[in-house]
Amino acid sequence: MKIKLSNSDIQSTEVRRLERISGEDVKRCYQCGNCSGGCPVSYAMEIPPTKVMRFLQLGNIEEVRNSNSMWLCVGCLQCYSRCPQGVSVAAILEGMRQDTLRKGVSRTEVAEVPFPFLKKAPQQAIVCGFRKFVG
Amino acid sequence: MKIPYYPGCTLNTVAKQFDTSAREAASIIGFEMKELAQWNCCGATFPLTPDNVIGLTAPAKVLSNARKEGDTLTTLCSVCYNVLKRTNKVIRDNKEKRNVINGFIEEEYDGSVNILHYLEVLRDKVGFDKVKGAVKRPLTGIKAATYYGCMLLRPFEDIGIDNAERPTIFEDLLRALGAEPVEFANKIECCGAHLAMNNEEVVTNLSGKVMTSAVDAGADLIVTTCPLCQFNLEKSQPKVAEADTGYRPVPVVYFTQALGLALGQDIETLGFEKNSSDIMPLLKKKGIA
Ligand code: SF4
Ligand code: SF4
Repeated sequence: MKIKLSNSDIQSTEVRRLERISGEDVKRCYQCGNCSGGCPVSYAMEIPPTKVMRFLQLGNIEEVRNSNSMWLCVGCLQCYSRCPQGVSVAAILEGMRQDTLRKGVSRTEVAEVPFPFLKKAPQQAIVCGFRKFVG
Repeated sequence: MKIPYYPGCTLNTVAKQFDTSAREAASIIGFEMKELAQWNCCGATFPLTPDNVIGLTAPAKVLSNARKEGDTLTTLCSVCYNVLKRTNKVIRDNKEKRNVINGFIEEEYDGSVNILHYLEVLRDKVGFDKVKGAVKRPLTGIKAATYYGCMLLRPFEDIGIDNAERPTIFEDLLRALGAEPVEFANKIECCGAHLAMNNEEVVTNLSGKVMTSAVDAGADLIVTTCPLCQFNLEKSQPKVAEADTGYRPVPVVYFTQALGLALGQDIETLGFEKNSSDIMPLLKKKGIA
């Protein structure tokens, strides 16, 4: 694949904004792959954690936003515990998720949540799910 | 000894057996869990981005209420514990955020409450030896998989209940109760958590890996510290058994139910009927009930 890079892509203001929201510096990542190795859901992510970091380093936030990765992150912090650079991919993905939700875009609408689930599930799953998926 | 206690929403409703078995066990061991006079939901997830200060206000309110009742607070649900402990640290260490949060909740809270998980109360305040001494119905012959999950352990620098990669607190308790803890691969991996709301496939896969690794290690019982872990495992187990005919289903219980059992509580009062997996055949087989 041919990749065309420009300074303006790499200096992406959107990535800088994400860094402000998440408190992370994407340049710290040196692509060792530990996060993807430890991540329990990387198998189902269209872009696994290590690649998320690479896309952001290259200023391509759109590619990450269009993937399912931020919606699959369970916030388990295995990525962060194992990152030799102290990077939290979890914070990056949560920042992207929040940014989307704050614009009023939901991943799951309240009306879509099955009634039997609402009746039986632990309250914490419902509260947490609403916070993670409903804009 | 009286310890202020925060049950949280789930233990007040669908996980009532977790709450009642813990209170009863405490009274047998000799301490009282005093429920906070006023409490609200902790928010059920710690905001992972530092710019989300509003997400800290609900747990901050719980903490400031707790401060009015003492300098220690105990809780049972791993998520409540994680959220309260992390929020407390932010309030204690970050003056700027402390001021913003206090402004919102109209309190003057300084982060001085010490948050202890019930397991820590047993280890550090009571002592596992004393717990062992109170055992009347040892869980002899039961191979128990102590499933930690995520929230009880990570991130290490904020939680610090035990070594984040090789914890032993949970195994030490089960050993004190007479059970034999088994070492299994996925004991600190995620159950799928809130994906229960919209992604059953991933939850079944992750919870399945936890249970399969426990059963492969010889477990006849899985013990949990979190109502969401408990829910995801119990809900996934029939699907795991259906997909893999070699899989041997095992009961899943809250650690306080195992504790109460060992302390000799009346089995009828432990709320096993509220669990969806059945522990009774195992107890009969091992001659415990
Ligand atoms: S916090 Fe998210 S990205 Fe990190 S390991 Fe867990 S699921 Fe993967
Ligand atoms: S573990 Fe850290 S340094 Fe390694 S690839 Fe992941 S984010 Fe980058």
